[in-house]
Amino acid sequence: MSNDEIKILTPTAMLGYGFPLKWFKKGIDRNPDVIAVDSGSTDSGPHKLGLGVMTCSKEAYYKDISNILEAAHEKKIPVFISSAGGDGTNVHVDEFINIIKDISKNKGYHFNIAAIYSEMEKSFLIEKLKKNKIKPCGPVEPLQEEEIKLATSIVAQMGVEPYLKILEERDDIDIIISGRTYDPVPIAVLGIKKGFNPGLCWHLGKIMECGALCAEPAGKAMFGILKNDYFILEPLNPSERCTVASVAAHTLYEKTHPYLLPGPGGITDLSETVFEQLDDRRVKVSGSKFIPSDVYTVKLEGAKKVGYRSIFIAGVRDPIAIEHIDEIISRVENEVKEYFSEIPKESYQMVFHVYGKNGVMGEYEIEKNVTPLELCIILEVAAPTQDIATAICSRARTEMLHSPYEGRIATAGNIALPFTPLEIPLGGVCKFNVYHLLELEDPVEPFSIKYLEV
Amino acid sequence: MANKTLKDIAKVIRSKNAGPFEVTMDIIFKTKEDYEEIKNRGIITKELISKLYNIPIEKIITFAYFDAANAIKITLPRPRPQGSIGETDMHAAQQHVPLMKIPV
Repeated sequence: MSNDEIKILTPTAMLGYGFPLKWFKKGIDRNPDVIAVDSGSTDSGPHKLGLGVMTCSKEAYYKDISNILEAAHEKKIPVFISSAGGDGTNVHVDEFINIIKDISKNKGYHFNIAAIYSEMEKSFLIEKLKKNKIKPCGPVEPLQEEEIKLATSIVAQMGVEPYLKILEERDDIDIIISGRTYDPVPIAVLGIKKGFNPGLCWHLGKIMECGALCAEPAGKAMFGILKNDYFILEPLNPSERCTVASVAAHTLYEKTHPYLLPGPGGITDLSETVFEQLDDRRVKVSGSKFIPSDVYTVKLEGAKKVGYRSIFIAGVRDPIAIEHIDEIISRVENEVKEYFSEIPKESYQMVFHVYGKNGVMGEYEIEKNVTPLELCIILEVAAPTQDIATAICSRARTEMLHSPYEGRIATAGNIALPFTPLEIPLGGVCKFNVYHLLELEDPVEPFSIKYLEV
Repeated sequence: MANKTLKDIAKVIRSKNAGPFEVTMDIIFKTKEDYEEIKNRGIITKELISKLYNIPIEKIITFAYFDAANAIKITLPRPRPQGSIGETDMHAAQQHVPLMKIPV
């Protein structure tokens, strides 16, 4: 690694989604100082944390990791992979290590690995809660001890410090696999270790954790060069370009605020960032600042299982039925509640999704006076067991099929059902119940580190 | 800009989840001139967003201009935690439409 620049290769925005080898190898030919890739996200909902499933299949991870390890082995390039399995739980860190063990055994590779775990002990969190060290992150209720206990598992998004500790303790580590991690960390860490401007390190991390999503057209593999007072972005696929507009626009992507990006230990401030077009395909970025916070916090994420779901999917074409759909739905709800009077009403939920009316925007829909040609109705039932959910769904479906309504002339049936089974069991349903900031005196304290050789 | 709406002068109008409890919307203009004009004339305000999304003004989390990208960002709370019972839009990808029709 040179002292005045750091070269970073990111093969893709999300490990497990696959990436074109051609452009990845082009990046490898440029001798990057690290291959860094994030595999975490809460984007696809709470069921991963709540049910302990990985974002992608084991086979998908195996394939992507194989391609990365081949390059890492041949050219001795370190590999940093964060948020193993998507949710970053301990079992998924171990799952990734097992994948690396398998590949290494088959191919005859040898690696020194460091693993960082990010699952929080519940007793540790309850203790912190009692000391008022856990606060809501955004529009969330204050955390209750009960919710900590109900969560399947709770992870914390580590900052850069556990990575730095590893790099300080050992100079022979080939691979770091971390549990839940603040997305930019694996990209930012080498720059921070070498004393580069942390604002630039974090901003580069923020952009590159999404691979070449900031290019036009959006792509996968991205090459970043970090210098003392700027960084350069170049997508590896020659048909993609980074432009001032595309990179500046990406800065906004899926963030709460356009230029203030809070993370563990401080805020990345992009209010004075300058984007410059270096040539046709490369953009130079400077002026990003890091403002350390007084209190060091990490974000906690947790989800609990709240029951089981079943649905039915139905179409409505009859204009008189469409006109009276609210009346029909209300009748169905009442009939079902009456029929299942032995089941406590608060133990189950029926949610009608009415596409053609407000199926997509729900409460946020303001266009109320439209006459649709067709409606698609999905009834979502959530109940304590799968059997109860399906039974309620079934009762509602038959009621809906035959329910009378004002002006009805189609007396054989009210809904068109496309699929069997008519009621579809969806399995467990979960809810994010922990999304809070945990204050830490020592940013490494709750994250345990393990070294191993494969 | 008679009879034009925001979708005619914007390059990007999009919505996306920002964590499991927020939905964020980005408007990115095709030209600096249009961006500056909309900004200076105060066409898009918190009051307007409140009306378009049927949400009290004090619940708007972010309403900010970002000159470097000729962009406006608006962040709102989601009606329920992402992916829980009753979810209609996991990635909050289709919540931007009311913005498209803003007359400019």
